[in-house]
Formats: sequence, structure tokens, C-alpha cells
Amino acid sequence: MQERPASERVRDFQEVPLGFTPEQALAEAKRCIQCKKPLCVKGCPVEIDIPAFIKLVAEGKFADAAQKIKETNGLPAICGRVCPQEEQCELECILGIKGEPIAIGTLERFVADWERENRESKIENRESKIGGKRVAVVGSGPAGLTCAGDLARLGYQVTLFESLHVTGGVLTYGIPEFRLPKAVVNLEVEYVKSLGVEVKTDMLIGNVHTVQDLLKDHQAVFIGSGAGLPKFMKIPGENLDGVYSANEYLFRINMMKAWQFPDQLTPVKVGKRVAVVGGGNVAMDAARVSLRLGAEEVVILYRRTQDEMPARKEEIGRAIEEGIIFKILTLPLKYEADDKGWVKTALCQQMKLGEPDSSGRRRPVPVEGKMFNIAVDTVVVAIGNSPNPLIPHRTPELKTEKWGGVIITPEGETSIKGVYAGGDIVRGAATVISAMGDGKLAAKSIHKIISA
Amino acid sequence: MPKILKKEKLNDNVSRIVVGAPHIAAAARPGNFIVVIPKENAERIPLTIADADTAKGTISIIFQIVGATTKVLDSLKEGDELAHLLGPLGVPSHIKNYGTCVIIGGGVGIAEIYPVVKALKAAGNKVITIIGARCKDLLIYAEELGAQSSELRITTDDGSCGRKGFVSDELKDIIASGEKVDYVMAVGPVPMMKVVCDVTREHKIKTMVSLNPIMLDATGMCGVCRVTVGGKTRFACVEGPEFDGHEVDFYGLSDRLKPYKDMEKVAHDHVCKMLQGTSD
Repeated sequence: MQERPASERVRDFQEVPLGFTPEQALAEAKRCIQCKKPLCVKGCPVEIDIPAFIKLVAEGKFADAAQKIKETNGLPAICGRVCPQEEQCELECILGIKGEPIAIGTLERFVADWERENRESKIENRESKIGGKRVAVVGSGPAGLTCAGDLARLGYQVTLFESLHVTGGVLTYGIPEFRLPKAVVNLEVEYVKSLGVEVKTDMLIGNVHTVQDLLKDHQAVFIGSGAGLPKFMKIPGENLDGVYSANEYLFRINMMKAWQFPDQLTPVKVGKRVAVVGGGNVAMDAARVSLRLGAEEVVILYRRTQDEMPARKEEIGRAIEEGIIFKILTLPLKYEADDKGWVKTALCQQMKLGEPDSSGRRRPVPVEGKMFNIAVDTVVVAIGNSPNPLIPHRTPELKTEKWGGVIITPEGETSIKGVYAGGDIVRGAATVISAMGDGKLAAKSIHKIISA
Repeated sequence: MPKILKKEKLNDNVSRIVVGAPHIAAAARPGNFIVVIPKENAERIPLTIADADTAKGTISIIFQIVGATTKVLDSLKEGDELAHLLGPLGVPSHIKNYGTCVIIGGGVGIAEIYPVVKALKAAGNKVITIIGARCKDLLIYAEELGAQSSELRITTDDGSCGRKGFVSDELKDIIASGEKVDYVMAVGPVPMMKVVCDVTREHKIKTMVSLNPIMLDATGMCGVCRVTVGGKTRFACVEGPEFDGHEVDFYGLSDRLKPYKDMEKVAHDHVCKMLQGTSD
């Protein structure tokens, strides 16, 4: 797939990968050998019939291919862009053993984009078969959108509650425009609305209505409120001005469009020397956003090495191409301020890799006595997020793990009968596609119970 | 979208709006706040719910014009709609019968103590209310608070109304008079809250303060509102906004209110230019 050159793209927020042309898509789809027992499908958390949609692409039936994907995945334009296909469907592809696996993600994106631009596929008539059964879905991120869409398709009357003023959850506030254009997210939300889902923004469940309130006039509730609680390292100086959580930084930029200040009134301060702490996709996003907002030097501080970084390989590659500096085996110990209280240095500890830990990754250990200062004027802490505690706090009956994750049964039900949960509120910060899988599972379980 | 049903100027810089928002009015408790986005391009700003009328389904919001977004909010008229309104937010004030309470409001913080004074009085407390401002013209809600309090005391920096001096002077006098004070709450500028806490710390009187750090989502997601309380980092939006005043790091709080001052000015000038084109 073609990408825009790094020198051009670091100056704007437009999308980086360009996607397939129809000719490229046809050629790629024809490479698929249509396995009798397709392993790729097993690698897909929502079990898209991958060979079937690729066959339709190869025959030039793009609209039909889109419908085929939408049988199991309501958000293909999003998944085609942000799914880690290299660890899922494409990892299983038999062609990958000797050569390049089929670019399933890029084909999915192509089909979804083509359908969006050509709008040939019509939405089938969805007469209510369920007789006015109501379900409340909390959170309009990938888990909630999927659950709401699936239930609406089955004929349920679904109300989707979103606490923020814009829908999409992490797809909107977290992932930057150049990786996932907001127009794509909006259209997917519009699609779910077209299925009959009523969307209510600016509604914080837990405060406005409790989960128990919702159960009074809904047959079931799905909680997909995400992992919105930013983790900090709890080191000295972390509350100085100029130190952001990745959530705050990205929220200002993606959600509040601070990059268009002052036409958009929310400010953000991106310094000349930005340090981003962490090695995940969010860290890459924060670093690449900083470059686009005029930072002269952006450094990623990570306590292990590049091999252990949880970010997708292609996002790491793009960050390096764009000029992000990787300072590996580096752990910040404290931040110091200038005389105005603004962060000016990060005191860091040199690390080395020791024995593997429980995650199988080699544990970083300090190199005794080796510390150094890095000059910074902005620090972004991107070391992960925990499940949003608000609903669990306001819902004492809802059982959670010690680390905050809501506990569910294999069917997706929580400790409260009729209340289901999925996505990052259950898993902690995970992937878009796993959240969608959870939303799907909950919709299936809710339907099974209610229609029984 | 929530509609502005009533708007009045309380003084040159402070306005009060009554907004139709039945779901917020029904769930609001004293001490709760809302986030408003007056127009789509504006910031999310937190403001205290000064009053809620469940029967009418309305809430009152009092705000001081301090920056770009409050300027935009103030440009809206009766009948206009707010782009977005979210609430109620935050942990409500702990209302119970403490005995004798001294409730202190400074500047626009005066509006914020109104629902608390009302609720504490209803819970059977003796409520002495102290309000203070730079001068008489900046005093708001004196009449309303007078009607709800057991006793109302007023201070102004220039002596144009009530006692010349600070709210903390009145508080010291009340304590010195032998009045047994069981509970103090202070809402206002950071230096005022700090001074009040310094006074009550000596006398070991439980003191709550309602903090006003910068907020963004105000639902616990961004952490911009973090304050150090008792040596621990707390998020004012979901764990506050009220905290034990004797534990709050007021210096850290002041620092964290500063970072966008320069950009706020740019935004404010930008808004003024835009509004000039549209104002009548």
C-alpha cells in the first residue's frame, strides 16, 4: 500500500496510508487461494468471512463484498485502518509462510471506503421482530457501537448513551485524524443510527441515571464505558505544568481540535522539545501529533527496547520515518521545573534488559548509578489507561477485579442480572477489534435471553 | 439542545442564566457542577449548579466573564440554545447536621455556596454565611443568601459594603467571640481558601474547600484537574471538587491554573473580534 512521504505528511493531519486503487485491490484479491479451511477467519475476533469477501472483490463486486463484511462487522472502515492485522488474520494467512500474506486489512479498508463513496448498498428494512424490547448501551466507542448496531439489526429498540459531546469514544478522542479520519468514524456512527439506534450525547450514566435506573425501563443494559482513566508513574514533578497525560493531550487535539486554535477555542501547548513516555500505539500517536504541531524534537522514552514495544510495527516504522527519536532503556525518575513552575528537565535512569518476567518480555533493570538529564518543555505520559471507575463506583453491586476491570461471565454478563459489559471496561486498555468482539458477544447473549 | 430561559446580569462581569435541563435538575445535588460548551467551537468549561428546580426542570448557572468561552456564553440571549450541557458532575457536598457552620464565599464563589447554605440550613444547622468581594458592585446574591442563612456577614476590600477587610477577618472574629464552630466551607479564589484554612487549622475545625482547577472532559478521563491532597494526586472532577482544605496543596493548585493564560488572551481577543461582527 502506498503512503504519503514523511516529509509531506508531518505538516498536516491528513491520512498517511493511501489505500488501494480498484486495480490494486483486484490484483491483491486475486492472489487469495481461497483455502477450504481458512485460518484467517480464526484469527479474526469478529469472524469475518474473509475468503468470501475477498472472492467478491476479485470478481469486482465491491458492493457485495461490503455487505459480506457487514454481516459480521459493522465498522469495516475503522477496522481496516486500526486493527493489528499482522497479529490476527494476516498472521494466519497461509501465503505468509513463504511470502507476503494477503493484505486483508487494506482490502477491508478499500471495500468499506468504496461502499461509502458509492453508497450502492442499501440498508435492508428492519421491521421490529422483537416487539418493542428496549436495550440501553452505555458508551459509543467500538464496543457500544457494535453492540447497539447488532441489537438494532435484530429489531431491538436501542438507546446509546455517550458522556462526551461527540460519539465514537476512543476512536474520536484517542486516535488522531491522520490514522483514523473522523469523517470515517462519523459515517460509521451514522450507519448505526440508520439502523434505528437513538444516540444521546452529553449523558453521563452513573450520574444522570444509574445503571439500576436504566434496568427499570430497559430489558438489558450493556456497559462499554472504556478504559478512560490515565495512569501516571507517581514520580516527583508529574503534576508540573507542561506534563500531560496522553488522554489530556490527545483529547485537546483530537476531540477539541486544538490544532485549529484559536478558531477552536481549546488551547494546547506543544513545546519545542517533547518527551513521550511509553511504547504503545498511544505513545506513537502522541509523538507524531507533536511533530505536526510544530515540535522541533520529539523523543520517545521507553524502559525496554524497540522489540518489546507494544505498538504496531507499522506505526513504529512510520514514527521513525517521520523523525521521532527513540530513547530506549530509559526510565524517567523525576521532572524538574523552571522558575515559573514549567517542566524543564526529565531525570532519567539508564536501564538494561534482565531475565524474562511473567509477560515473557525481558524485565528492564536499572544500570546502577547511570542517570542523565534530558531537556524538555513538554512531557506526555502514555503508559496506559485503566478501566473508567465512574460506573463501578456508582454501582456497588457491579463486581470488579482489583485493577478495576468489570468481571463478566463467558456470555458477557456482569454480576448484575441483565447487565452486560465489554471492551476496555472489562479488559483494560486493549484493541478496537476485541472491544467489537465483546459488543457482538453481548448482543448475541442479550438476544438469546430475551428471545427465549 | 438546552435552552436559556432567563438571563440577567448580576454585575458588569457576572451573569446568571436559567437553563431548561430536566434530567440535570432531577439528579443535581448541592455541590454538583456542569460542563457547558456554549457554541460548537468553544471549550468545555465547568460551572457550579447554583440552583436546581426539579418541578420546573431548570438549573441556574452563575458565571464570571474571565475568558473566551465565558465571553461566548455571555453573548447568548434568552431563547438561545447551548451547544452542549453535561451534568450533574462531581461528588455532592456532604450535607448533615454538623451544628454550627460557617460558609464562606468569595467573588463568584458566592454563587457556589448558595445551594450548600440552603441544604445545610434545611438539615438543621445554624448557618453563618460570610461573603466577600473587592467592592460593593461585585457582591452578588447577598439578598438570597441573607434569606437562607441564620446570619449573613459581608466584607469588601475597600469597605464599600459591610466590613472593610477580608472574609477571614470575619471568621477570626466569630471564632474569637466564643461561638463553637463545627464546620467551615470556603469557595472562592485560591488565596482566600488558603487563608481560611490557615485560620481553621489552628482551631482544628473541619474545613472543606471547593476547588476550581482547569477541567476538560470532567468525567475522570484526562487528569488535567489533578491536585495534590494529603500527598496524593486526586482528580477534582470525579473525586471532588470538594476536599479537606487542610490537606490541599494550594501552591500546586495555583501553578496548575496558570499554563494557558497567554493563549487565553489570544482566544479572548479572537472571540471579541468574532462577536463584533454579530452583536446587535
